Amino acid sequence: MKALCHLTLLLCVTLPFFALPAGAVFLDERLEDPAQEARARDISGDIRCLVCQNQSILDSNADLAQDLRQIVRERITLGDSDAEVRDYLVRRYGDWVLLDPPFKMTTYLLWIGPAVIFLIGALLMILFLRGRSGQNETATTTVLTREEQAELDRLFDSDGPGDRS
Amino acid sequence: MQLRFLVPVLTFVAIAVVMWYALFNLNPTEIPSELVSKAAPEFSLEAVPGYGPGLAKSDLATGKVVLLNVFASWCVACMVEHPFFMELREQDTVDIYGLNYKDTPTAAAEWLQRHGNPYKRTGMDLKGRVGIDFGVYGVPETFVIGPDGTILDKVIGPLTRPMFDMRIRPLLKGAES
Amino acid sequence: MIAEIGQFVVILALITAIFQGTVPMLGAGQGSQPMMGFASNAALVQFVALTIAFICLTVGYVTSDFSILNVASNSHSLKPMLYKVSGVWGNHEGSLLLWAWILALFGLAVALFGRNLPDTLKARVLAVQGLIGVGFLMFILFTSNPFERLDPVPLDGNGLNPLLQDPGLAFHPPFLYLGYVGLSVTFSFAIAALIEGRVDPAWARWVRPWTLAAWGFLTIGIALGSWWAYYELGWGGWWFWDPVENASFMPWLAATALLHSAIVVEKRDALKNWTILLAIIAFSLSLLGTFLVRSGVLNSVHAFATDPARGVFILIFLIVVIGGSLLLYGIRAPMMKGGGLFAPISREGALVLNNLLLSTATATILLGTLYPIFLDAFTGAKVSVGPPFFEATFLPLAIPLIIVMAFGPFMPWKRADLAGILARLKFALFLALLFVGIIMWWHFETPVMALVGMGLFGWLLFGSFFEWADRIKLFRGPLSKSWKRMIQLPRSAHGMTVAHIGVALVILGITASEAWQSEHLGVMTPGETVTVGGYEFRFDGVETLAGPNYEADRGTFLASRNGSSGVFLYPEQRRYTDPPMETTEAAIRPMLSADLYVVVGEGDGQGGYAVRIYHKPFVSWIWIGSLVMFMGGLLSLSDRRLRLGAPRGARNQTPRTPEMSEAKG
Repeated sequence: MKALCHLTLLLCVTLPFFALPAGAVFLDERLEDPAQEARARDISGDIRCLVCQNQSILDSNADLAQDLRQIVRERITLGDSDAEVRDYLVRRYGDWVLLDPPFKMTTYLLWIGPAVIFLIGALLMILFLRGRSGQNETATTTVLTREEQAELDRLFDSDGPGDRS
Repeated sequence: MQLRFLVPVLTFVAIAVVMWYALFNLNPTEIPSELVSKAAPEFSLEAVPGYGPGLAKSDLATGKVVLLNVFASWCVACMVEHPFFMELREQDTVDIYGLNYKDTPTAAAEWLQRHGNPYKRTGMDLKGRVGIDFGVYGVPETFVIGPDGTILDKVIGPLTRPMFDMRIRPLLKGAES
Repeated sequence: MIAEIGQFVVILALITAIFQGTVPMLGAGQGSQPMMGFASNAALVQFVALTIAFICLTVGYVTSDFSILNVASNSHSLKPMLYKVSGVWGNHEGSLLLWAWILALFGLAVALFGRNLPDTLKARVLAVQGLIGVGFLMFILFTSNPFERLDPVPLDGNGLNPLLQDPGLAFHPPFLYLGYVGLSVTFSFAIAALIEGRVDPAWARWVRPWTLAAWGFLTIGIALGSWWAYYELGWGGWWFWDPVENASFMPWLAATALLHSAIVVEKRDALKNWTILLAIIAFSLSLLGTFLVRSGVLNSVHAFATDPARGVFILIFLIVVIGGSLLLYGIRAPMMKGGGLFAPISREGALVLNNLLLSTATATILLGTLYPIFLDAFTGAKVSVGPPFFEATFLPLAIPLIIVMAFGPFMPWKRADLAGILARLKFALFLALLFVGIIMWWHFETPVMALVGMGLFGWLLFGSFFEWADRIKLFRGPLSKSWKRMIQLPRSAHGMTVAHIGVALVILGITASEAWQSEHLGVMTPGETVTVGGYEFRFDGVETLAGPNYEADRGTFLASRNGSSGVFLYPEQRRYTDPPMETTEAAIRPMLSADLYVVVGEGDGQGGYAVRIYHKPFVSWIWIGSLVMFMGGLLSLSDRRLRLGAPRGARNQTPRTPEMSEAKG
């Protein structure tokens, strides 16, 4: 495991573009029921490998990743739901193991952030466009639809002839 | 009006401050234990051949603060911390229990013979399942266990004297008083 | 000797850079011609010095001179020549030298191609380039010296990580750096404009070719990196939303936004502040990426622990460069006033929307990348932000972006007629829907996202094509006339169409390979046959072979379809000794319709081997599309109006002097 850490370290330092340690094909014992095996793979794909940076346990040949894959399969065979399997791992390793961060106190900002950024940006854009829209200098002879005319009227009303700064 | 043009630089200052802090104070590879202030998980293991009567959850609730050290013969970093554990044992500072993680009985016994046995009891976690219940992800790891068997803290990586003095000694004292 | 020469010229380059960063800047303020003229000479000296330095290090690698610490720790005498050379930049110190050299190369290019720039602007641009060079050269000399000697000299080197011994990866960093560093030119132009206090359409036109070049190189760099991940890492993935990937993707998104907003500055004399800010941000994100990757803040603290000076140095450098430039922006930007009116339904309106979406996407990725650090710093809680987050947040932004991409080019400047455009696009919409319909008919249970993806592909492809056809009035008159129009159409217009079609092809590749991939995972014994994606794969066994510096277990597979003679595929599992490591070499049969992808793994000791076989429809189009995007960039770059940065306007009246535009503004 230490060796793996060092490998990751080496890659971090040398590569501008992150390299993941070479994946291998594993001789895992698979579940007989294809639906269960598919579930196991789905869950494993979103569980972060603890000893390798930024890799899911599905893609890692680290020892611990193999054990955790096996545990995921065991829990599924024992009848756990997907959420219960994830919970089982979170109880031991914390939210850190979830590549798909849960929506909770610590991650509200993360999940809502993009929407907030977009809304602020959209607001700025609207303000900018409203401040700038006005009678066109070189009037084109396109026929406006009724909606467009209404939209334009609305904009003119609010802004007068437009900001010519 | 002018202020809005300063938003980018202020955002950057915030990022830079956090980066500065992160550079000196954060360790992205260290994942703190989820089990701190929870009871140790249930387990019962056989001892490394020749090293004590085995280890179970009940052995950890001893009425005083003890250490549970996760080690393995294949673990290079364990050799780094091992002499320090021997010292602790000689000075009788604290009782140390050894959780032998994903090892073979013979290799573990040989390793203890060669480097000395600082452990009061040992348990062999051959399949690594107990380790996973403890949230072990890298060996060595050292758990600090309270008098009632509650996990007080976990040190990831080789334990050194400064780290012991900083993180574990206060816990030992706290339990005494 | 070689190392000492290298060391000496790097010091020389640093001294030159210090003068290049100061003298022309002062000269521009005082209006001193000789002081401004010094910039070009300094740029030349810097370039020559760093070229010599780079040659020195390369000679060290090629001759396996292990008395140089950098060579000893990263090379090996048995390594193939290609990788001895690519090993020069396959490590921290060498890659920084490459960075600095490319920076000098761009500096020289500005000096040579910038003959038409006003003297003060050129002097200031080169001065800012010089200052960036000072930072990088100091970083090299004080914390990451590639010419450090090693005593005693080891018998052989440590070798290069086998994962890096790969042709795709050999050329990935240079392209990426060409992109990152290319953005430094745009950045320098922005800083110079802030100092001069003026931005006008001519400025936008001078900046455009540099942005285009940087964007093109970044596109290729990222594509090469993902292509490498695809065939080298062995599970067929090509994008992992890893912090280091994000570090290259964010500047690309910002550069894409910049490319579009600069057009608005050029044509409409508006969005000036915003464009300047984008230019600063694009380069800042390149630097931030460098910091995140090399300081260990994100990936591994050990990288930092090995040399604490590095992380601190980069962070101070970031604070000076990014903080300084954003502060300058905060002070000077309010002076810059845009002119012109701006109707929401117009080309410029569409470009603003493009910028909103691209910037939000960039900010979202930045948020996701930095969030774990912020959370840890403020609360001590640890979370991971993985692909699910990025997919969930990026897609909702990408979809409207692509919808607008087909719309935007149809819109005339100033004011567009939405209904008229819709009328002209209805055929594209019809074809896109028809396309989706055919897919549903062919395969009813197609996931919704796949249908959306294919619909967007059709919409963008046909929309872009019709826009182009519309411009040359194809099928609306004699072909000879259309031909003539096509020749007369500016290259940048062709470039845009090509680049947009490239994006459409990338969407095709992503959607199809995600939605219709089939795979087989399991143990196969020699002689066994499985069918994946309509192809029969016969496993013929595994043999052990010796490579130049590794040993390989090579599997043989015969892939055939409908009884055709088929093709052989030879996936390998390689064991390198210096350094000791195993790599997986997937065997890939790339075709336009699908890739066959085979990996062989561990043996089970009973004659069977773990095997993974993928059939990935249209996956190659991700890289073909990227290449098409790059070609679009090149085509745009070759536009007569951009060549040599000439500000001769097409429809742009007489060459505008800065004074005039300021008076107008």
